[in-house]
Amino acid sequence: MTAIESVESFRSRARAWLAGNMPRLADAAPPSTEGDEDEQRWRRARELQKKLYAGGFAGICFPEEYGGLGLTPAHQQVFNEESDGYELPVVLNIPSFSICAATLLDMGSEEQKRERIGAAIRGEEVMCQLLSEPSGGSDLAGVITRAERDGDNWILNGAKCWSSSAYAADWGLCLARSNWDVPKHQGLTMFLVPTKAPGVKMNRVRMSDGSAEFCEEFFDDVVLPASAVVGEVDDGWSVASRQLFHERNSMGGGSPYISGGRYAPATRQMTPLDIARATDRAGDPRVREMIGRFLAMEKVSEQTVGRVSRAMATGALPPTAASILRLLHAESNEMAADIAVKIAGSGAATGAGADQGIGGQAGLRFLVRQGGSLGGGSTEMARNVISERVLGMPRELALDRDVPFKQVKRGR
Amino acid sequence: MELELSSDQKIFQASARRLLEKEYPLDRIRGMADGELRWSRDWWQKGAELGWTATIVPEELGGGSVSGEGVRDLSLLAEELGAGVAPGPLLPVNVVLAGLVEAQGGGPDHSAEIESLVAGESIASWAVYEPGVVWSPLEPRLTATPADGGFVLRGAKDRVEDAEQADLLLVTAMTPDGVAQFLVPTSAEGVSVSPQWSLDLSRSFGEVRFDDVRVGADALVGAPGAVEVIERQLQIAVVIQCSELCAALDRAFALTVQWAFDRYSFGRPLASYQALKHRFADMRTWLEACHATTQAAAEAVQNRSADAAELVSVAKSYVGERSLPMLQDCVQLHGGIGVTWEHDLHLYLRRVTLDQALYGTPEDHFLRLADLASL
Repeated sequence: MTAIESVESFRSRARAWLAGNMPRLADAAPPSTEGDEDEQRWRRARELQKKLYAGGFAGICFPEEYGGLGLTPAHQQVFNEESDGYELPVVLNIPSFSICAATLLDMGSEEQKRERIGAAIRGEEVMCQLLSEPSGGSDLAGVITRAERDGDNWILNGAKCWSSSAYAADWGLCLARSNWDVPKHQGLTMFLVPTKAPGVKMNRVRMSDGSAEFCEEFFDDVVLPASAVVGEVDDGWSVASRQLFHERNSMGGGSPYISGGRYAPATRQMTPLDIARATDRAGDPRVREMIGRFLAMEKVSEQTVGRVSRAMATGALPPTAASILRLLHAESNEMAADIAVKIAGSGAATGAGADQGIGGQAGLRFLVRQGGSLGGGSTEMARNVISERVLGMPRELALDRDVPFKQVKRGR
Repeated sequence: MELELSSDQKIFQASARRLLEKEYPLDRIRGMADGELRWSRDWWQKGAELGWTATIVPEELGGGSVSGEGVRDLSLLAEELGAGVAPGPLLPVNVVLAGLVEAQGGGPDHSAEIESLVAGESIASWAVYEPGVVWSPLEPRLTATPADGGFVLRGAKDRVEDAEQADLLLVTAMTPDGVAQFLVPTSAEGVSVSPQWSLDLSRSFGEVRFDDVRVGADALVGAPGAVEVIERQLQIAVVIQCSELCAALDRAFALTVQWAFDRYSFGRPLASYQALKHRFADMRTWLEACHATTQAAAEAVQNRSADAAELVSVAKSYVGERSLPMLQDCVQLHGGIGVTWEHDLHLYLRRVTLDQALYGTPEDHFLRLADLASL
């Protein structure tokens, strides 16, 4: 085994390579007119990922045998520092690398790891999660998409929804019910499903603000080989739990598989400060007080992420304390959206002339305000987890516990 | 509470807790009557021997901290006082010490006063608020007019903590060269102290008049216009307040969680009702956030970070604003017993109401954050 390159040597190599090969964000190419804006974004991300791979800076923390560099989180950290200001394929981070590839690395077969992780690192493939279903969101272990054995194959039937950027993905990690005669957590299996397989129909879900980043999928007798199973048959809940862990870790800022920042700079929201400046209301003491409240909340959120993450790492708080961060993040999001609308005033509703303007942007953002309190598990679920798992209060009554899943009552 | 304490810090914390529990159980505080002295100088001297006045003073001036991080040790101590809604001049004495230490070398020498305060032999308090005026430490109406090589002070201060027991007052005043601070003995001619009502049973405040009080030039602390000294005092005051607030909230929350497990209605504990569980989950989250921001503020003040002023206002505005609805919800979750004299909750509610209001309300600190963001 060869010795690992020192972090500082890696830093200077990364700095030189980035300067010579990657485009600066400041002079990013204007969007082409081919296809819609979202498709261009993903095509561009794959091109950039291919460049990273060719330069030897892709998959920094993934093992070498699966196409990565086999380096440490410290190497990833210096790469993130050095790549600040460059255009990077950050849309590939969540969920493709930091949730899907990370879960395959923990739970996948040798073949899955070699092929899927390798292709993702080379910029050839993208992965997504197929977890939630139209019949219910919070009760993930209650999924009813069915996987039935057919000789060596599996036949998949059902529907999924709320899958982020699935339209851009080649493969999805799909949780399905493989056994209806056992209690709900024990009859699930995780599959790697090609999103373009015959029988898969995908629609983009249009949100109330007009955006369409989420998808819904319908599976109609989709045939999957035995090798599509991730982990063990009927042990899909273990795989899903790993996914949820990696999802929380990604959102909380703790994933080593995120390269070059979590979010694209272009998708950064206008802050209440931007709105106050743009609407010339920065001198109004009422506005200044709201701005102060917003700034305090932002900072407190960040400080609490640090404190709770450290406490979970040392065992001072249980891993379920991640729900504290989830809840606080939602509260902070809601507050920011509210303050933006208040500062924008009537501009949130009537825009600027024929254009939405900055006020209209605040208004549109307000329409999807609850998204941050729903996605990744609703805040009601987070409150259950905190009261039950952190404070030890009695569990909610569940009528599906220890009952064969086929006997559990479901809505229509 | 700090996530991890050194063994020295644990001993420091435990010795403070013992002294407080011995002298000031909650029932004694509940029984404190108007006009009664809240604490004795003998008791304060014991605290000084345990290091309560030394944390943020350098060793060469008689101070020293157990961890080498004095502001964080002070924060630990303030948590003990908050948890016990204890009396004592921890905040006023340490705030004055912060100013005197900060100004050392930048004006007249006050090392003798510092040493006497550290030894617990004298008591000092910050006279910064003025009657009828909101928090505005840099705009005093009290004037200090140069005369005969010294100054003449004219004006009035109020909300001066422990004014009746103080030997020295650190007075903010307007001079021809800008805002300045003077260290004035309460025994000086023209100084008159009168008691002020306090919501908190174990705290006392006074109003102080300065009628042509003559002081020498050596009473000046630092130099006129040295606003960074006042800023340091504010930062220390807020770290102490937020630490007290966190500990008081911890106690009130713990009482309420225990109540929810013990109290049964319709054959089940209150803790089994989802409508109540969700409120506990919110409070548990806010508590964690209060501790996180207080700890970050203490660390920034300790390290004199560039963002210390900002982080102090973040902590004060967040913890201060959250503390009131949290404590009132603890009262609500207790039911009728929560609004009775015999229950301990009102002792915490009194302390929290006081701490969030003084040295800038949450709203004052929101405005300061907007200023600091160069908006």
